[in-house]
Amino acid sequence: MKRSVDAEEVARLAKLSRLEFDGKQAEDMRGHLSKMLDYFDALDSVDVSDVPPTAHILSAVNVLREDVVEPSTSNAELLKNAPESRDGAYVVPRVVE
Amino acid sequence: MLRPTIGCEVHCELKTATKLFCGCKNEFGGEPNTHCCPICSGFPGTMPALNAKAVEYAVRAGLALGCNINRFSKWDRKNYFYPDLPKAWQTSQYDLPLCVGGAVEFEVNGEKKRVRLNRIHLEEDAGKLIHDGGESCVDYNRCGVPLIEIVTEPDMHSAEEVVAFLTELKSVLKYTGVSDVKMQEGSLRCDVNLSMAEDGAPLGTRTETKNLNSFRAVARSVAFEIRRQTEVLESGGIVEQETRRFDDNKGVGYAMRSKEDAHDYRYFPEPDIMPVTFTEADIQRIRSEIPELKGPRVKRYTEKLGLPPYDAQVLTADKAVSDLLDDVIALGCDAKKTSNFIMSEVLRLAKTDGSEDVELLIDAPRLAEIISMQAKGEINNLAAKQLLSAVWGTDASPRKRAEELNLLQSNDEGAIKAVFDKVLSDNPSQVADFLSGNDKLRGYFVGQVMRAAGGKANPKIVNELLDRLVKEHKK
Ligand SMILES: [Zn+2]
Repeated sequence: MKRSVDAEEVARLAKLSRLEFDGKQAEDMRGHLSKMLDYFDALDSVDVSDVPPTAHILSAVNVLREDVVEPSTSNAELLKNAPESRDGAYVVPRVVE
Repeated sequence: MLRPTIGCEVHCELKTATKLFCGCKNEFGGEPNTHCCPICSGFPGTMPALNAKAVEYAVRAGLALGCNINRFSKWDRKNYFYPDLPKAWQTSQYDLPLCVGGAVEFEVNGEKKRVRLNRIHLEEDAGKLIHDGGESCVDYNRCGVPLIEIVTEPDMHSAEEVVAFLTELKSVLKYTGVSDVKMQEGSLRCDVNLSMAEDGAPLGTRTETKNLNSFRAVARSVAFEIRRQTEVLESGGIVEQETRRFDDNKGVGYAMRSKEDAHDYRYFPEPDIMPVTFTEADIQRIRSEIPELKGPRVKRYTEKLGLPPYDAQVLTADKAVSDLLDDVIALGCDAKKTSNFIMSEVLRLAKTDGSEDVELLIDAPRLAEIISMQAKGEINNLAAKQLLSAVWGTDASPRKRAEELNLLQSNDEGAIKAVFDKVLSDNPSQVADFLSGNDKLRGYFVGQVMRAAGGKANPKIVNELLDRLVKEHKK
């Protein structure tokens, strides 16, 4: 199934990904994304009617951890690279719901 | 006639020792970012490791609620940008949750009600944001705490039904031992989906009111939303599909502002967590670890202990209360006396702050001591009440406190007899009346003696003295 990406779709994806493109970049991105979808179209030609759905590329299951407390990282260490912090908390521009 | 249709999504934090994907402590509160590591703080390049206990607890909850357990279950990424979630996605479950189906059964106004469950999945909790002026402060202590999300079918039609559903669900979850289900600490939170439609018509457009953390807020927000949607529809308007909040202080709901940013979560399989599978033996083992639930306890209380059905219901509503009853009886106290004292006195103290969380600030050995002191006549009923209040929330010994507060009643027959004789000589006409057969005066004499003895004469002894008086008179 051929599916081309239009400018509106690029704008929507950019917004969801918190990315900003100018006109030229958006047009380039539209081209890249269309091409990528074309690659996926190749998959449509494969008959997978006998293949069970796959949840993971590896066949391993039940990789689990025991519920045992391990030391946490110190607050100072965690916040070392934070652009801004106060009273042990990360500070970000106010988010409003 | 417009009729509401309601479904819930209930989030319940599991009380594992550690978080879902790292070994950090799963503990309420704490200084900001002190139960955190690079994994739960969303640092790039970190790898999550799934907590076996959390998986087991989620399955245990599912089994207790009659769900089917998917023998193959996987995790997915739910993508969104918000600073309470540092990875920019929540690791959750999309198409193969741990549990599907199930139901919660309860009574509303004497009628049986059954709310079907759609699914239960295991996911991580988000961090906490504190908004402060133009900034928001972010604390990830809660981030990564294991959470089950219980999704119902739209089977409810009133605020009353929703509250009754939540009450029963909370009770079952507490019995399974997988969660503290403390609404005040946010370990149980509820989102309510509500729509209105004419009877028999297809369902209307629904709104979702998020993050309600008390039964009162749930009841009030449902009533508010029913009123609001009814007004919109009756004035010819259209209900917008939107996410809403409810301000419990003001008693009003409002739409969240991010409406135009309609969520598009772009779920995809989580590559860093392997799927989980279960054999029949696994399921059997987890089922065998479910503690005795409410139903069997009600049966045991009515059939073995001979308690009235209503009492059995009240005493089993909260697991901690039922455990307390069992423990006190195991310490040798009478079942009926203990259940009465718990229902009238202990529950009154345990619920005074008006919240639905029961806070039992007395342990079984000390409660047993108070009840046995009362049974032996060392303290009277009123003193038992006072003594319970006095030791509530402390670790004081009831006997010691009773002595300090001068609550022990006199069993000294000689001393009581002296008071008794004084009362008789002060009330000659009543004595004559009593001895001529007016037994109604018995209470009067007991009261007089009690008053004269400062409330501390054992009424049993006073009654015995009265019996003896009658006997001697008849001779
Ligand atoms: Zn951690």
